Amino acid sequence: MIRIELLTPNGHLFSSDTYNKLFTMHGVVMIFFFLIPSIPAVLGNFFLPLMIGARDLAFPRINLLSWYLLVIGGLFAIFAMLAGGVDTGWTFYTPYSTTYSNTWVIATALGIFVAGFSSILTGLNFIVTIHRMRAPGMTWFRMPLFVWAHYATSLIQVLGTPVLAVTLVLIFCERVFHIGIFDPALGGDPVLFQHLFWFYSHPAVYIMILPAMGVISELISVYSRKPIFGYSFVAFSSVAIAVLGFLVWGHHLFVSTQSFFAGMVFSFLSYFVAIPSAIKVFNWTATLYKGSISFETPMLYAFGFIGLFTIGGLTGLFLACLGIDVHVTDTYFVVAHFHYIMVGGAIMGYLGGLHYWWPKMTGRMYPEGWAKLSALVIFLGFNLTFFPQFILGYLGMPRRYHTYPSEFQVLHVLSTAGASVLAVGYIIPVIYFIWSLRYGAVASSNPWGATGLEWRTPSPPPVQNFEKIPVVTHDAYDYSTTIGEVIEVG
Amino acid sequence: MASEAHAETLALREQFDTAAQQKDVATLGMWIFLITEVMFFGGMFLAYTVYRSSYPNVFARASSSINVYYGALNTVVLICSSFTMVLAVRGAQLGKRITTIVFLGLTLFLGLVFLGVKAFEWGEKFHEHHVPGPGFHLAGVPPGLQGQAQLFFSLYFAMTGLHALHMVVGAGLVITMMWLTYKGRFTAEYMTPIDITGLYWHFVDIIWIFLFPLLYLVDRHMGK
Amino acid sequence: MTQHIDSVKTYALVFIALVFLTLLTTAVAYVDLGPFSPVVALAIATAKMLLVALFFMHVRHSTQLTRLVVTGGLLWLAILIFLTLADFGTRGWLGVPGR
Repeated sequence: MIRIELLTPNGHLFSSDTYNKLFTMHGVVMIFFFLIPSIPAVLGNFFLPLMIGARDLAFPRINLLSWYLLVIGGLFAIFAMLAGGVDTGWTFYTPYSTTYSNTWVIATALGIFVAGFSSILTGLNFIVTIHRMRAPGMTWFRMPLFVWAHYATSLIQVLGTPVLAVTLVLIFCERVFHIGIFDPALGGDPVLFQHLFWFYSHPAVYIMILPAMGVISELISVYSRKPIFGYSFVAFSSVAIAVLGFLVWGHHLFVSTQSFFAGMVFSFLSYFVAIPSAIKVFNWTATLYKGSISFETPMLYAFGFIGLFTIGGLTGLFLACLGIDVHVTDTYFVVAHFHYIMVGGAIMGYLGGLHYWWPKMTGRMYPEGWAKLSALVIFLGFNLTFFPQFILGYLGMPRRYHTYPSEFQVLHVLSTAGASVLAVGYIIPVIYFIWSLRYGAVASSNPWGATGLEWRTPSPPPVQNFEKIPVVTHDAYDYSTTIGEVIEVG
Repeated sequence: MASEAHAETLALREQFDTAAQQKDVATLGMWIFLITEVMFFGGMFLAYTVYRSSYPNVFARASSSINVYYGALNTVVLICSSFTMVLAVRGAQLGKRITTIVFLGLTLFLGLVFLGVKAFEWGEKFHEHHVPGPGFHLAGVPPGLQGQAQLFFSLYFAMTGLHALHMVVGAGLVITMMWLTYKGRFTAEYMTPIDITGLYWHFVDIIWIFLFPLLYLVDRHMGK
Repeated sequence: MTQHIDSVKTYALVFIALVFLTLLTTAVAYVDLGPFSPVVALAIATAKMLLVALFFMHVRHSTQLTRLVVTGGLLWLAILIFLTLADFGTRGWLGVPGR
């Protein structure tokens, strides 16, 4: 819808108010209710205990609670959307959000607050589970990289989300009780809000991308039949990304009144994130080298991920650079950058993981041909949508406007066309996944010949995951000893 | 092994192997939760630090207008309640039901005293027009700086308010624990919920230990 | 089970120390220490926090992992505060308004 609006320079479909509300809801729903929970909630909850050989997470009831909280949070957001929408952008910058906006800020903030609790509880659950529930012999360095990535993600959720929560509470207080913590009229500082907000929201980007990286590590290894190159580097790079992610939030504030020196420090620190990210990409590539690669659907998504993530990451370096960032701030360059990371990265990872584990979760295979087709369509549609936006941004098209000078129209038309292709690409998997539930071929317990513990229990797994808790004797991804071998259970 | 532990406590859930693992996991979970609480309050402490360093004089003035005796009294009350709480946990560790219930009851009572004093103090603020909003006025502060004084009281209400909310939750937990102890649900081997409630209670106490000097004791020597 | 049960006497001593520190911090607030008064106030508060955590919350007897969780959490709080102050503390160094 957003793209259709931008088809023509002047925008006939919606008023600017509606457009403001649309992009806010797009941001809020996508970030807080899809990208952050998608991989941890769907794949993590299911496979994390399986992968480390536990019967369940440490706190199953808290897990259920966090699911309900997410739904309640979602209901608040939907309510806000139906009741009239919010127009602050997903960042809720003050003082606009506290003083001027007449829309449903409170309901939306409450929704995010509740969903944030859900996120915290999930992270807490994962950390405790990974520390205390591993099967005998499952040492830290025998854990699948998916688990490492989730561990890092959970750290961020636990340490970052509360800061967002308190920020939202303060916004809430400001709107309801008129106490003015960020109110410049009282001498308050809106930039303080931005600090608090980005302390969570920058690491939150890694909440979205890290689980996807974990999925990709699994896929690359399975479909090239090789152990991950530099296992411990990849494992530690996840944790390093999580830690460094907390040190760089100020790069969102370059054009605010943040001091010049803080800007330099944050710019400098931001470059460091590139190191663990690059370690991952290089190690994945090295894993592929001389592997016996098979191009199943999940692997196609993995390739898509690596390519798109690399582009997204490299453009991130432009943005980390103080000088260039000031030029492209709030343009489509930024929009394209984070969509490359979020959609090209996180969603590619999610879809890849969903295809990879679908047989395990449901006990059914999906139609391979259709799946490959849709992977291809998504990749093409994605690039067609977002690549023109880099150019638009560089040329100076600001984000969050529904009208633009006519010389940008060609690129906008391309982008909108790409979005429709992308939509088709997303609809195909929905159809064939539902179809496969009923008509798909019955899946064996290990259709891909993979090594993880999750493949040593029937598909779908029994209620307690394993008949007997397995004893782990090999490293993760040890194909030499485990292919075709029936693993002893102790 | 698992079945022995099961017979022993009747409280071992199916995902665990031993009672010790279950206790360990629960305690760890609570600690991680407390860390999220640290970060939660941390956001407000940060806001406080930033504004206090920006407007030191007005903050000293505003802080001196709060009655220090209420704050000190409440600090002592909370410390007492932590003391009774730890004795309740000790009672539970030894399997003494009556001791546990008595000390939990004392903790609850002290918690309610704290909230009562707090409510009284807030009531005074309303009378003195120290509540942020259109009617706000703090004597002795020039008109141009009233806004900064209001910032102090915004923080005061946000921080003490959220702390009080945590106290209410804590009181609810203590009541639940009293009820469960009365029903004989805990033994010397299995008293993890009481232990965890204790952790939470002490944590809320710690938050107050920091709030007291930061809100009540800013440069008192300048104010009077 | 490795459960340490401290004596009532230990707890009572900690309790007395906590009350004493409360009175101390209140009294010190009336003395002009210049820029050091917040430092002293926070030092006393930190000491009280350590007493509560180590004795009442049994960190003294807890596992390494719990201690790691506690120190890690405090470290992150320090990151949040320190890096934000890196902004607020250095404003105006350049002498350009709004920077």
